[in-house]
Amino acid sequence: MSALLPASLRADFPILHQDVGGKPLVYLDNGATSQKPRAVIDALVRYYERDNSNVHRGLHALSMRATDGYEAARTRVARFIHAADPAEIIFTRGTTEGVNVVARSLAARLKPGDVILTTEIEHHSNLVPWQQAAKASGATIRYVPVLGTDAELGLDLDALDRLLTPQVKVFAFTHLSNTLGLMLDAAALCARARAVGAVTVIDAAQSVGHEPIDVQAIGCDFLVFSGHKMCGPTGIGVLYGRRALLDTLAPAETGGGMVVSVTYEGATWKPAPERFEAGTPNVADAIGLAAACDYLDAIGRPAISAHDHALAAKAHAALAELPGIRIIGPRLGQPRGGLVSFAFADAHAHDVVTFADQDGIALRGGHHCNQPLMRKLGITSTTRASFYLYNNEEEIDALVRSMHRILKFFAG
Amino acid sequence: MSDLTDLYQSVILDHNKRPRNRGRPPTANRVATGDNPSCGDNCTVYLHLDPAGRVDAIGFDGSGCAISQASTSLMTTQVKGKTASEAEALFNEFKQIVTSGHPPEEMSDLAAFAGVHAFPARIKCATLGWHAALEAFKQPASA
Repeated sequence: MSALLPASLRADFPILHQDVGGKPLVYLDNGATSQKPRAVIDALVRYYERDNSNVHRGLHALSMRATDGYEAARTRVARFIHAADPAEIIFTRGTTEGVNVVARSLAARLKPGDVILTTEIEHHSNLVPWQQAAKASGATIRYVPVLGTDAELGLDLDALDRLLTPQVKVFAFTHLSNTLGLMLDAAALCARARAVGAVTVIDAAQSVGHEPIDVQAIGCDFLVFSGHKMCGPTGIGVLYGRRALLDTLAPAETGGGMVVSVTYEGATWKPAPERFEAGTPNVADAIGLAAACDYLDAIGRPAISAHDHALAAKAHAALAELPGIRIIGPRLGQPRGGLVSFAFADAHAHDVVTFADQDGIALRGGHHCNQPLMRKLGITSTTRASFYLYNNEEEIDALVRSMHRILKFFAG
Repeated sequence: MSDLTDLYQSVILDHNKRPRNRGRPPTANRVATGDNPSCGDNCTVYLHLDPAGRVDAIGFDGSGCAISQASTSLMTTQVKGKTASEAEALFNEFKQIVTSGHPPEEMSDLAAFAGVHAFPARIKCATLGWHAALEAFKQPASA
């Protein structure tokens, strides 16, 4: 009957088995980064102990093994998001680099009068690069507004009809808001954008490790994410791009590994993915990311999603009972992810996080790289608890107890 | 390990709940703003100096955690009547307290912030208002 995953999963994550300040660690900051299973750590160690070498240029055994591992990782990631072709997978440092590469490459084609459309709920990493692209090209940036207040927040999708004009050349939006937990219907938004000929860019940083993703069913042109929020290593991320589009884009960086031939006068570019991977790539972490894909797919993202949602619903309901608390985000039952964002009338989020830390609980407090949204909502910060496959109901109870203690302290 | 009650001493909670000198004094003619980009805290300090260069009016606006709000509130009470160099000396003393955890020899409300030293991530919260105030001293007086 329970939607929860087996508790035995926790044994896969060595870091969880420690005390913080004398209390068992309760890690609820998965929206910032996730913990790593033994399988991912082992893959990194194995690579460095056995196969480490440079890729794509050596002819010796280690180089061939490293190249095979790196390219197998590309194929594995393609399968993880149902890309049609491994060549559509470009390894980056993370979501931020992915958005920057697309924004810079697309900016070269934009001109005054064109519109870049995004939303008011974007993380700075899917906002600032587009502002820069607008400045560089003379295009105009517009935002789909948020609607409602506090626990009723949503995106004003009716405004899309007005905003999605033929002048819109790019529509960039988050799949799952890191601040609100609001989940957008990516396939529906892409269909509407496609009708006006806009290129679609999806920030899937918060969703890809939690929800099933099928880029072909979604119908997006680009989708970006980071490895470290989905049980993979830091420093590795993915830019998925539709093949036909990728090969028309100028590379954001140039150098070795991405050229066909070079003369003193100039150079020609390889097709994707090498075109976008100048220099020695992050081989080890790509291999670690593939191990994370294996790990998550063995459990299944539908099961992970159900688990996260069950925990978020429990936390949402329990926290909403506390006096002087505002839950900031969509209602339960609305499409949402496994996180709860909230604000106290009497305590600032940083004070809340410091107190929770004393109870061994890791939370995030602040503006969540979302300053314009905070300003619009009339708050300076929220506290966020974000859940993942290894969290359990006892940890929600610990969270609620801790929040109760904080309320009493600051109200007293 | 450090207890939170050390950090959130009653004097800090008091200044957080009932901040002193909140708002812009009517005579203020120097202003500076401090931002803490990593957490979004911000603080604006307003000053007016008498002909001898001493603060005769001070106020602040802004939002942030209890530590930053209380520290700024307390700062305004301490800096009133001081010159720029006296305020800077006081700030150095305050910095010493929050980084070392040792309260000063003389009794002072600033000692309430000694507990901050056990929470290095919060030192920048405690010094935000002070930085804004010292910056405000340096601003040219507006008409």
